[in-house]
Amino acid sequence: MQSRGSINWRVLGSQILVWVNCNSAGLSNPTPPLSPTNIFSPASTPAKSIFGLSLFVLAVTGAIFLVVFTLLLYSVVKFRKRKNDDGREPAQVYGSNQVELAWTIIPILIVVALFMATARVIATVQKTSPPGNAIAVTAIGHQFWWEYRYPELGVVTANELHVPITDPGHPTPTFITLLSADTDHSFWIPRLAGKTDLIPNHPNTMWIDPQETGVYLGQCAQYCGTQHAKMLLRVYVQSKDEFDRWIRQQRQPAVVSATASQGQGIFETTACINCHAVSGTVANGRFGPDLTHLMSRDTIAAGAALNTPQNLRRWIRDPNTIKPGSLMPAMELNDQELDALTAYLETLR
Amino acid sequence: MSTDALALPRMELASRPVVSRLHDWVTTVDHKRLGILYILYALVFLVIGGIEATVIRIQLIRPHNDFVSPQVFNRLFTMHGTTMIFFVVMPVLFGFANYLIPLMIGARDMAFPRLNAFSFWMTAFGGLLLYFSLVGANGLYGAGNAPDVGWFAYAPLTSRTFSVGHSTDFWTLALLVSGFGSIGTAVNIIATVLCMRCPGMTLAKMPLFAWLNLVMAGLVILAVSPLTAAQIMLLVDRYLGGHFFDTQAGGSAVIWMHFFWVFGHPEVYVLVIPAFAFASEIIPVFSRKPIFGYPVMVGATIAIGFISMSVWAHHMFTVGMSSAANNFFVISTMAIAVPTGIKIFNWLATMWGGKIEFKTPMLFCIAFLFQFLIAGLTGIMQGAAPFDWHLGNSYFVVAHFHYVIVGGILFCLFGAFYYWFPKMSGKMYNETLGRVHFWLFIIGFHLTFDFMHIPGLLGMPRRIYTYEPGRGWDTWNFIVTIGVFFQAAGILVFLGNLLWSYFRGKAAGSDPWDAWTLEWSTNSPPPVYNFASIPVVKSRRPLWDLKHPADPDWKYE
Amino acid sequence: MTTTSLMLPQTELEWRLPSRGRVGMYALIAAESAIFTIFVVAYLFYVGKSLAGPMPRDVLAPPFFYTVCLLSSSLTIHFAGKALRRGKVRSFGAWWLLTITLGALFLFGTASEWHRLIYRDGLTIGTNLFGTTYYSLVGLHGFHVVVGLACLATVMAFTLFGALKQEHAERVDVLSLYWHFVDTVWIVVFTVVYVIGR
Repeated sequence: MQSRGSINWRVLGSQILVWVNCNSAGLSNPTPPLSPTNIFSPASTPAKSIFGLSLFVLAVTGAIFLVVFTLLLYSVVKFRKRKNDDGREPAQVYGSNQVELAWTIIPILIVVALFMATARVIATVQKTSPPGNAIAVTAIGHQFWWEYRYPELGVVTANELHVPITDPGHPTPTFITLLSADTDHSFWIPRLAGKTDLIPNHPNTMWIDPQETGVYLGQCAQYCGTQHAKMLLRVYVQSKDEFDRWIRQQRQPAVVSATASQGQGIFETTACINCHAVSGTVANGRFGPDLTHLMSRDTIAAGAALNTPQNLRRWIRDPNTIKPGSLMPAMELNDQELDALTAYLETLR
Repeated sequence: MSTDALALPRMELASRPVVSRLHDWVTTVDHKRLGILYILYALVFLVIGGIEATVIRIQLIRPHNDFVSPQVFNRLFTMHGTTMIFFVVMPVLFGFANYLIPLMIGARDMAFPRLNAFSFWMTAFGGLLLYFSLVGANGLYGAGNAPDVGWFAYAPLTSRTFSVGHSTDFWTLALLVSGFGSIGTAVNIIATVLCMRCPGMTLAKMPLFAWLNLVMAGLVILAVSPLTAAQIMLLVDRYLGGHFFDTQAGGSAVIWMHFFWVFGHPEVYVLVIPAFAFASEIIPVFSRKPIFGYPVMVGATIAIGFISMSVWAHHMFTVGMSSAANNFFVISTMAIAVPTGIKIFNWLATMWGGKIEFKTPMLFCIAFLFQFLIAGLTGIMQGAAPFDWHLGNSYFVVAHFHYVIVGGILFCLFGAFYYWFPKMSGKMYNETLGRVHFWLFIIGFHLTFDFMHIPGLLGMPRRIYTYEPGRGWDTWNFIVTIGVFFQAAGILVFLGNLLWSYFRGKAAGSDPWDAWTLEWSTNSPPPVYNFASIPVVKSRRPLWDLKHPADPDWKYE
Repeated sequence: MTTTSLMLPQTELEWRLPSRGRVGMYALIAAESAIFTIFVVAYLFYVGKSLAGPMPRDVLAPPFFYTVCLLSSSLTIHFAGKALRRGKVRSFGAWWLLTITLGALFLFGTASEWHRLIYRDGLTIGTNLFGTTYYSLVGLHGFHVVVGLACLATVMAFTLFGALKQEHAERVDVLSLYWHFVDTVWIVVFTVVYVIGR
């Protein structure tokens, strides 16, 4: 999708990145440079198109900066009042139409060039029709977590989005419909695409076609309330086989384990089921994340904590210790109940 | 000029009781006193807003810091933004406009002195109302509370469902009340500039300061009114059960964004055009040359005014507009760079071939040129919509608009403070302290706001009370916070300089800068009636004509 | 000092500036227009977007009579101003009173329409988007009529006490500008609410 004209900028860009990387050796791990959310290490077509444009814009603005800054520096040094000043006023110049015309027309030409480059990338990224083999995902923003639904594949999960890798010969991009259940949010995985807002009563779409496997990070980028900061995004880009395996596993109903029946009893007789769903049981709440395959996720609380038994127990005991302002209430369970409930959740693989 | 006439009221003043003198200030309709009231009021809020910023930055100095809770942090950035825009920068600019416009156009007061007083007190009560939310938002039952919806208060976060209590109502009412004040001041400035000029001062012979403030006032009229309308709608939603922004009843969250930014973007130019006005007075005087390309400067300002009304949705590139709309707002946003560039080039050309004196006001204006150049260029980057899909709502944006507001507007304002302090107080400020202020502040500014761009490029969104380690943001945030302390020290030196110079400074005389506009032709501080007799002018620089009778300006203009 | 020496000896030029009252009123009208524009945009944006009834087509009828009242009050206030400029204070008072009456009649029209909508059709500001936008826009205009009537009544009081003279004609004209503005806005509101929005 990258058109011919921008290839030079891509090469220049990688050179700049190498330079940045060398200069900041030791600041963070080598790949990607500087940060796992660096907008200058794109891994998906929308992010790459933006990257090409941003290098062009940076080059143009950098050149303007150098010219004007040089003029400013020169005039400040050259025309400073000297020690041996004769006290006479300098020549009084009121203006010059030729000069004014010059510095009106040149900027207009630059603006036109920048606009054309921009318009091309807008057209590339904002295409609306997904190809037939695209994966459709609906992402729903909640205070303060993410719900993901794969309507064609029959999967509902939370906080960790799984998508297949795209191979150039046989692209399988993911088209994401963005909805909100409450306030405004914004979906931003810097290495995959620019951000798009999730606004109630205003569905949006975006797409990604990641070309390297791995976990891509991001977080909510539109202030949405108290815990806006801990509404983290994780996108797992998997090989085609791994992705299919994950889908198959997610479509299974919850495995009922005899060893955790006490915990299951607590879960199904307290307020948990008002908000959470576990497929195949009486729990079918929709306000909180679907827990059917909770243990298949690496994190809890929208990425705020690792999914370990200790963290899970702490989270159920009082969510405010991990995420103050979270909408999940503290359940006021005693230690024994907490252990049993945690043990039950541990079985939801 | 008879000094006796001035000495008499001053002695009288000193001997009168404090309450009586205070009464004079509260009931005053004199444009100079109201101007000073605006400025002092803004300085108080500058300190409050600055403390809020400092606490925000301490919280962000390292990942997972818990200096303040998320709730407090969200209130802090909401109050910081609202305070700085509406109760620091706007009032201080109105203060200078109030004080200087009549003096510069040879008038004895504003067109409507009582409206002027009314406007000031509306603005003042707006600010008090905002901070009264700390006490009143939850009645006396709740703990301290304040608005926490962000300064652009996107719907539906402001609805009764998501914002319980009354803090959002205080925010709305504060902006509504101060908005009426702003509209009143704008009406007054327009009428003053158009109807109160002294004989001979045609529109083409006005100082640029008057021209630019006229454009600013026009923008206030066209920009603050939509905000007022939107705030009324929000009140209807919150108090009368309306559905303007109620997404559950078919209302639109996006239309609030449009209404807010129809105000919000011209507002940036409401703030920056008066800053341009300061630079357009200070740079010529300290370069000893007239402003280069006066008609072009006026035209460029008017062009900025018009174009700024059509760029608002570049704040909304990420809300999912059609590509046609995105393209329109890209081209209009980039177009505004042209007249802005013209202004920068004209200031450079004014300095070109001059004899530049590096007094404190000029230092601040040169730094302004440098920083405003960068702010404009980062603005162009964000004007390219796809680039903005990354940069929007990231720390890059925060760095960009602080570059405009601090690096551009505040630097010009400091220049203006030092430049006109002798006129307003009659005393000369301390040049050494002025330089200390300048260097402390410019070091702090660049530490903070240069390095703030980087976490934005590395994916750090704004308005987060804490962040995860391992994102490569730690070092940059640490440097950013360190810069704040330099800025705070600079502000303290600045306030100290004002106080010290007011009480201990040397007498300044009526024209310490050998300047050319009418305010320097009367005493410092000017008498209540400004001019003993109304001046008559023949050119844009009446005092130049007076000082160089053999080579007056009006022969060339 | 310098102040006196600025009196350069050349004041044969005639120096005329616009009236500050008029300029101020035009500026205020510009600000008010911007406020109305936003409300009109909101109204048009939400036309047909209500999730539940009542809908405008079912309950709104164009108030032709009261519209004629308000628009003709622009004529009467024009004649009033003309009379005052010629020094005919009594004639001014008569025209002025007629203007107030027509304005009040218009307000009565709005009030009775609202009464009907609330008690017969069950439409309040909280019913649906139509209710919200309708009452806000028409109410904002009605509020301006009320303010205008208060100003007109003040002038009427001065007239009755004999305090109004020919020299006040300029100020009365400035006030009339506001009244003309209120009338003009009604044309817009009428078109939006009763023609486009129905």
